[in-house]
Amino acid sequence: MASEAHAETLALREQFDTAAQQKDVATLGMWIFLITEVMFFGGMFLAYTVYRSSYPNVFARASSSINVYYGALNTVVLICSSFTMVLAVRGAQLGKRITTIVFLGLTLFLGLVFLGVKAFEWGEKFHEHHVPGPGFHLAGVPPGLQGQAQLFFSLYFAMTGLHALHMVVGAGLVITMMWLTYKGRFTAEYMTPIDITGLYWHFVDIIWIFLFPLLYLVDRHMGK
Amino acid sequence: MIRIELLTPNGHLFSSDTYNKLFTMHGVVMIFFFLIPSIPAVLGNFFLPLMIGARDLAFPRINLLSWYLLVIGGLFAIFAMLAGGVDTGWTFYTPYSTTYSNTWVIATALGIFVAGFSSILTGLNFIVTIHRMRAPGMTWFRMPLFVWAHYATSLIQVLGTPVLAVTLVLIFCERVFHIGIFDPALGGDPVLFQHLFWFYSHPAVYIMILPAMGVISELISVYSRKPIFGYSFVAFSSVAIAVLGFLVWGHHLFVSTQSFFAGMVFSFLSYFVAIPSAIKVFNWTATLYKGSISFETPMLYAFGFIGLFTIGGLTGLFLACLGIDVHVTDTYFVVAHFHYIMVGGAIMGYLGGLHYWWPKMTGRMYPEGWAKLSALVIFLGFNLTFFPQFILGYLGMPRRYHTYPSEFQVLHVLSTAGASVLAVGYIIPVIYFIWSLRYGAVASSNPWGATGLEWRTPSPPPVQNFEKIPVVTHDAYDYSTTIGEVIEVG
Amino acid sequence: MTQHIDSVKTYALVFIALVFLTLLTTAVAYVDLGPFSPVVALAIATAKMLLVALFFMHVRHSTQLTRLVVTGGLLWLAILIFLTLADFGTRGWLGVPGR
Repeated sequence: MASEAHAETLALREQFDTAAQQKDVATLGMWIFLITEVMFFGGMFLAYTVYRSSYPNVFARASSSINVYYGALNTVVLICSSFTMVLAVRGAQLGKRITTIVFLGLTLFLGLVFLGVKAFEWGEKFHEHHVPGPGFHLAGVPPGLQGQAQLFFSLYFAMTGLHALHMVVGAGLVITMMWLTYKGRFTAEYMTPIDITGLYWHFVDIIWIFLFPLLYLVDRHMGK
Repeated sequence: MIRIELLTPNGHLFSSDTYNKLFTMHGVVMIFFFLIPSIPAVLGNFFLPLMIGARDLAFPRINLLSWYLLVIGGLFAIFAMLAGGVDTGWTFYTPYSTTYSNTWVIATALGIFVAGFSSILTGLNFIVTIHRMRAPGMTWFRMPLFVWAHYATSLIQVLGTPVLAVTLVLIFCERVFHIGIFDPALGGDPVLFQHLFWFYSHPAVYIMILPAMGVISELISVYSRKPIFGYSFVAFSSVAIAVLGFLVWGHHLFVSTQSFFAGMVFSFLSYFVAIPSAIKVFNWTATLYKGSISFETPMLYAFGFIGLFTIGGLTGLFLACLGIDVHVTDTYFVVAHFHYIMVGGAIMGYLGGLHYWWPKMTGRMYPEGWAKLSALVIFLGFNLTFFPQFILGYLGMPRRYHTYPSEFQVLHVLSTAGASVLAVGYIIPVIYFIWSLRYGAVASSNPWGATGLEWRTPSPPPVQNFEKIPVVTHDAYDYSTTIGEVIEVG
Repeated sequence: MTQHIDSVKTYALVFIALVFLTLLTTAVAYVDLGPFSPVVALAIATAKMLLVALFFMHVRHSTQLTRLVVTGGLLWLAILIFLTLADFGTRGWLGVPGR
């Protein structure tokens, strides 16, 4: 049994009996890893929740100073990239190499657009003195509460920063997968690495789905 | 070294700064680089696949990666130590760690962060392996309790460590980029840091103790030639400890500004951990009852474990109680309590397991006489070191001070003397283990007459663990059917 | 191998739903819902998460074990947040400063 599967894929490692077991194990491993990521971001979501409930008004004020259009644009860009990613995985499932590479390429492009918008947005923050530190100042907030506004931006930078870092890692994975697909390493039976890269990419998307309303959309009606 | 300093009330050897750095490094190195990885990395990696009848872990390359990460993390910590040390204590409480300390906090935190990754990957690997790589016939309730304990440990590693990781990242950001998440000057709350920190670090205590409990379950069964009494209770109590361990972290925060009501809830929940722990101790004792007990070295360690763990656990109940805890917080009572659990529990378990499986790992026997002697020395030295600390703590000696009023000196001297005895006890095994590698008698494949799958393959095991994957037909610890029988392999 | 391959149409519908929800949550943020605005925002985000997880991440077709892993992880996140808020939410009940 083991030798058949071996001949079939050439990718079965020695500790497994069947290709199905190997795929199953890899997928499970990725899911557990994603759970660790949930807990990782969870720590920051907790910090956010605590401070937002302590200082609701300042958080609303600070959140309203961020440009909502960048955030919404980036959310749509990421959703598009998830869509192209799932089509790439589908292509791989069907064994269509060209389709896979094209959609992986589109995913990569959209990921880079996201990072570009993000970089631009951060650049603006530096100009507006919204970066935490000695020079921090947010208009419309009394001097005594500047610190609390700074807390919001600390969280903003920590959360979006770590999210962007995950995007960079994801982009690296996508490039690797494009290269391996080009080299013909995957077949319809064995495309687990692409599948797993897809899981990671979608997960990073989900994190952003939560970051967007939490950071950009706090009580917008009060701010303006 | 720490104990020598405390020999005299005023402390002539080190300045208080050096003392701060010493106890920090002691805590960091012992907890993150010894206790957490010791049993899972050494015994778990080797025996977990063997015990469930797998050729290897699910992800051998990730396993190797996690080993390298641990080493890299260790190098960072050593670098921090040599470069000047850290003085925050192993808990890195803010704002001291973020704002005031001028020592190598970043390097140490980075080291722990990297080592934490190693820990996560190990846990992930174990969980997947246990779920998906068991040999035919190896059902969940035929698994050795060592495997159950590791399963519970891995759950904690996977669910808890990331929270520590993000906490360290935030500290890192605070020091480097001056963004202030825990900075009270901005309206931040240092207690939030404590919440995040203890969400990992309390369960981390169970990362250290659970594998040791798994080892003890194996030892007790083998050397009394009886199946573990109440197998499924012991198995589930491991998982219960892991789960409950996540619900009690607030008992480290009783004297912070944590709200009184949260304190009550956490105090109440903390008592629940005693239930699965007690289940284990009672079931071990019940296993011993009417067993044919033989006092080999590993069994001596197992007895040491049960005794010391019981003391450590019962004093834990004092601490879980809100009222008493406020009295003894940050005293030597706490120090003694966690050393009873950590050293008396985790290290006893580790040494017991190391002796038990040494013949399997190396194919050589160790000298029994010396081993028994050192087990005895360790037990005596340990009690002499830490028992006086309970009394010291109750009398009010605070931890982390290098000077103290002279009326405490007698107890401190006793404690220091105990520490030297303990050190001798640790050095003896190192010597005879190395000796046995070369000169020890060659071990048979099953020197103890045990039942686990790991004893059905040659010592040391071949690269793929088994010639053929075994088919399991019996429960774990089924001595009636397996003693002396050559097991069929399918 | 039990591999389910969804149709492009399914994926496209999910995609459209996700974009719609994004626009919805942005629009709703400008409406004064009082204390319910974070609730609505999080509800929409959760709905989006479920769409991505179930369809794009194939949880719909996955094993029981994977589902257990996912729900277990979210449960632990809830423990972390809930018990910490049990502290922050009840401060000041006693009326004693610092408690």
